[in-house]
Amino acid sequence: MNTTQQANEVYSENGIIYPSKVMLDLSKLKKVYPTSKGDYVVLEDLNLQILKEEFVTIIGHSGCGKTTMLSMIAGLNPISGGNISVLGNPVKGPGPDRGVIFQSPSLMPWMTALQNVLLGVNQVFPHATKSQRQDIAKYYLQKVGLENAFHKKASELSQGMQQRVGIARAFAIKPKVLLLDEPFGMLDSLTRGELQDILIEIWNKEKITAVMITHDVDEAIFLADRVIMMTSGPSAKIGDILSIDFERPRTRKSVLENDDYYTYRKHLIDFLEH
Amino acid sequence: MEQEMVLKNEKSLSSSLKQILSKLTPSIKKDGIIKSLKNTGITLLSILLFIGLWQMGSKALYNKEADYRVEKALQERGEEAAAAERACIESGDSSCQPNTLPSPSQVWASLKSLVADHQVIRADKAAFAEKMAVTNEKMISQGKDPIVYTGRASFVDIVLTSIKTVFAGFLLAMFIAVPIGIIIGLSPSLRSAFNWFIQIFKPVSPVVWYLLVFMIVKTLYIGDSSDNAFVISFISVGLCAMWATLVNTAMGVASVDKDYINVAKILKLGTFQKVFKVILPSSLPLIFTGLRITLSVAWMVLIAIELLAQSQGLGLFVWEEFQNGANDSNSKIIVAMFVIGIIGFLLDRLMLAVQNMVSFNKNEMA
Repeated sequence: MNTTQQANEVYSENGIIYPSKVMLDLSKLKKVYPTSKGDYVVLEDLNLQILKEEFVTIIGHSGCGKTTMLSMIAGLNPISGGNISVLGNPVKGPGPDRGVIFQSPSLMPWMTALQNVLLGVNQVFPHATKSQRQDIAKYYLQKVGLENAFHKKASELSQGMQQRVGIARAFAIKPKVLLLDEPFGMLDSLTRGELQDILIEIWNKEKITAVMITHDVDEAIFLADRVIMMTSGPSAKIGDILSIDFERPRTRKSVLENDDYYTYRKHLIDFLEH
Repeated sequence: MEQEMVLKNEKSLSSSLKQILSKLTPSIKKDGIIKSLKNTGITLLSILLFIGLWQMGSKALYNKEADYRVEKALQERGEEAAAAERACIESGDSSCQPNTLPSPSQVWASLKSLVADHQVIRADKAAFAEKMAVTNEKMISQGKDPIVYTGRASFVDIVLTSIKTVFAGFLLAMFIAVPIGIIIGLSPSLRSAFNWFIQIFKPVSPVVWYLLVFMIVKTLYIGDSSDNAFVISFISVGLCAMWATLVNTAMGVASVDKDYINVAKILKLGTFQKVFKVILPSSLPLIFTGLRITLSVAWMVLIAIELLAQSQGLGLFVWEEFQNGANDSNSKIIVAMFVIGIIGFLLDRLMLAVQNMVSFNKNEMA
């Protein structure tokens, strides 16, 4: 209820007036895969509004269509029905205004860490000088703790380090929306914790609207302003939304010490086990 | 059951501990040396065994051929002639030596004589150049062609001609197959348009390629006949060997990791950038696998094509020696066989080194 009210307000920033505070708007979204036995409906009548500077995590059972939804927002997967718009502009295909961090780091293994980040930076800031672009790329690589690995080939980096480059690459193109598809799913729990900290640290500074898919309930609570719970498919939709009212910036310790944490956790687990 | 599992776990734990310990101790280096020594030993032993078997085989064939000759003399010309024949064979006289598989020592002798022959021809060439230096200068200043050495080619010249031909053919194959492979790899419709073409022409024999090239080149390029032979043979080699590169390049370009393509889409890379920064680098390992196959195929078909095209290379050398039927012809053919094998092996190693250099994922390489 609260969300809708906020959504209707006029929101302005840096002199530009946006029609509302809504960054990302999914309305009546539908996805159908044609199969030999007739159409398979993955998502149906899915409505979701995500606000500017909001961090949203999405949880749900495997195969419920979370990744399909995310790749439709990214523009990599065509929409079967309904609408997706970013700041009121309908999504027509992929573009650098929606940065993606994939589950696998998806770096070009023949390029160095710096070249991988520069690939995007060069594309998004064509009018900047070469040294300015280098500075941007290096800044974000430093932010993810790779100041000593600028010139290392991506194939020589560990999985965790590759995903750090993936984070740097996504932030360096200054997207309006950041889409994260289980970015830490393939990492061990220790590395996962480190990368969560790095992600939230950069995010606190940049405040880019983020939508992240995860299977990890603790990760979902730690990072999010809201946790979106999706029902199991077929015809998946949003089952429940949980607002996480922890103060930012958060630390893992402060979150764990908060009594609400266990209430939130129970809420999410009850939903998933239902 | 459970106990078994525990036991198993303990066992695997202790064995993995042992593994770790053995990795930490310096004995690993010693093990490595012993292992490589052992491998070298085995290789040397197998070479000796090979030479031994070869020696025995050639000896047996020699005896069989000698007995046949004596027997034939006995039947045709009587006992006296047979005795004379046997005496002649045993004396080692070149006029009546059985002509069969040469022994390793004969082959070694032929190699030495070929090298000596090369030195003679080289000296001859130098002398000729010196003698003609003044005359040639005059002729050039008059705008005429200089007189060139037209003597016999030495074995080394022949090998160099073959290597030159194979590289020319290889470059031709590369310049045709890689660009076409990239283009048809990028477009599925072009791929299906080209598919029948590739499937039909890929299995065509080198001999037929030679004939096709001959038909075309003989009309297009009417010039000096030795140049003609070179042109025809390298084009035939190229056309014959290019298919592996064509297919591999198209496959490499068509099967670029979807994640990379998605990244390119999100960054909205232009076509040029997408091809040169993402698609080509990612398909380089497969392109080079294709080029490696192309080079080895080129070297293999070269011999047959040189023979047909009368190009002064190893193929023609082998055929001429066979037709010649001199006493040392067979052993010269075997020398050529080893030279062909060793050069083929070296070319393959060269390509493997280049392939490893461009491959970004070292673990996937065989």
